[in-house]
Amino acid sequence: MPAIVQVENVTKTYDGGFEALRNTNLEIEQGEILALLGPNGAGKTTLISTICGLSAPTSGHIRVGGHDVVSDFREARKLVGLVPQEINLEPFEFVMNTVRFSRGLFGKSRNDALLESVLRDLSLWDKRNARIAELSGGMKRRVLIAKALSHEPRVLFLDEPTAGVDVELRKDMWALVDRLRQDGVTIILTTHYIEEAEAIADRVGVINKGEILLVEDKADLLARMGRKEMRIELTETVSAVPLSLKKYDLARVDDGAALVYSYDTRGERTGITSLLTDLQGAGLGLKDVQTRQSSLEDIFVTLVQEASA
Amino acid sequence: MNWNGIRAIYRFEMARFFRSIIQSIVSPVLSTSLYFVVFGAAIGSRIDSVEGVSYGAFIVPGLIMLSVLTQSLQNASFGIYFPKFIGTIYEILSAPISSLEIVIGYVGAAASKAMIIGSIILTTSFFFVDISIQHPFWMLAFLSLTCVSFSLLGFIIGIWARSFEQLNLVPLLVVTPLVFLGGSFYSITMLPPIWQSISLFNPVLYLVSGFRWSFFGTSDVPVVASLIAITGFTTLCLFIVWWIFRTGYRLKA
Ligand SMILES: Nc1ncnc2c1ncn2[C@@H]1O[C@H](COP(=O)(O)OP(=O)(O)O)[C@@H](O)[C@H]1O
Ligand SMILES: [Mg+2]
Repeated sequence: MPAIVQVENVTKTYDGGFEALRNTNLEIEQGEILALLGPNGAGKTTLISTICGLSAPTSGHIRVGGHDVVSDFREARKLVGLVPQEINLEPFEFVMNTVRFSRGLFGKSRNDALLESVLRDLSLWDKRNARIAELSGGMKRRVLIAKALSHEPRVLFLDEPTAGVDVELRKDMWALVDRLRQDGVTIILTTHYIEEAEAIADRVGVINKGEILLVEDKADLLARMGRKEMRIELTETVSAVPLSLKKYDLARVDDGAALVYSYDTRGERTGITSLLTDLQGAGLGLKDVQTRQSSLEDIFVTLVQEASA
Repeated sequence: MNWNGIRAIYRFEMARFFRSIIQSIVSPVLSTSLYFVVFGAAIGSRIDSVEGVSYGAFIVPGLIMLSVLTQSLQNASFGIYFPKFIGTIYEILSAPISSLEIVIGYVGAAASKAMIIGSIILTTSFFFVDISIQHPFWMLAFLSLTCVSFSLLGFIIGIWARSFEQLNLVPLLVVTPLVFLGGSFYSITMLPPIWQSISLFNPVLYLVSGFRWSFFGTSDVPVVASLIAITGFTTLCLFIVWWIFRTGYRLKA
């Protein structure tokens, strides 16, 4: 099956001449959850806006469900729901009206039963007759999601859905994403919360300065780039790493109370055994040893640093 | 055609109007009544008739035009400026709806509101003066063409404007003077010849004149000229709107 979203050689240059996307290629598979990670200003919102029709690509092609988003925008956009990063809502409007409006706008005929289930799923049903202005920030975010889901999209874009929301909403959001995935909805979310990507994504894309650095299966990525760290606490502090241990590239931390050794779990030999022997040889006493798996966050920071270097 | 989409925009815009229905209706009725008192009763008592029509009745078409023009501009410009201002335009831009359909929704709603207000003013004026409408079909034709064309102009202004000041600038600086100098409250035959010639460059004159003809059968300029002017103006606005959407002018990044 061809990818449901295909981004081919897309560049986006804003009017001021700023190149926000450079020769971007991305294929999003039907039914997957893709997390796009990147620092502020990386081009995440620009990429989403270009796919959804808010801004036109300077060059390249984008297809959704096989339909070109420019020449066949009607068919392409019918499939797409967008939850924008900013809370863009009319303050004086009523919740139910604005959701009904969204459904109509996307060409769907009225279906209040469906809207009721969408609002219930988002714990908004009690607020259906409230004005937007009366809602809290988290509730407004839910209204945006309800609007996007009102027309039953096959592809849902969530642009930083959990930025600045409380823990409860974040958990609700993750549960919602899970339900949508079971219905076969493809979900693309941008975030700077690595834990979010780690918790719910199937694949992770890393974008920085308008370039997609990689897109990879989350588990593979963790395994490939996964490094472990071993923290060795010493009985007595050291003022410097002994020369005899130079080849291990140890880091001295906590004013010399501990040393940190990082190693690749997939390497043939981790070097742990020889390190422990050599520590003893150097006359250092061990108080405790801990190991830690590096997270997506570490990977992400490493990637972005490498790209900027 | 995305009919549901057009209907959604149209309904949403009309709901805004009906939500503030009292304000929407009271203010034009009040100002019209004031015009009747000031121009019709006070000044009109010193002018017997203009071209065989009592002065009070003579100003009715002009009064309706004045309100309809302002309302069309205000409603349409606000209707599209507001979503741009608060950011809800994202939804319109990402929806499977063509620019033509967007225009039909917004301009249709703005023109409908102006039509409703025009009708209310006409009804109000029946309470003040005796009027009969000689060409009801053409009266409706002129009225609706005016509503549509000025709503289109309002739509263009709403897209062009970057601030609320700019939004109010064009109606204030351009349209109000044109309406007042366009023979709303007098026949241009009452002006010195030089001003008569200058007035012929005022597009609003053609609207008011044609509209007044549909009531009383008399006009400042030939009815055909009025018809050509209003259709020409509508076409021009349509062309500009088409260009705006083709280029994404002030809509897309
Ligand atoms: N409308 C615009 N005009 C000019 N530059 C823009 C515009 N929108 C975004 N940018 C720039 O493009 C870059 C990418 O922005 P954005 O896509 O919003 O990043 P992200 O969503 O990853 O934080 C930023 O440097 C931003 O300043
Ligand atoms: Mg962003």
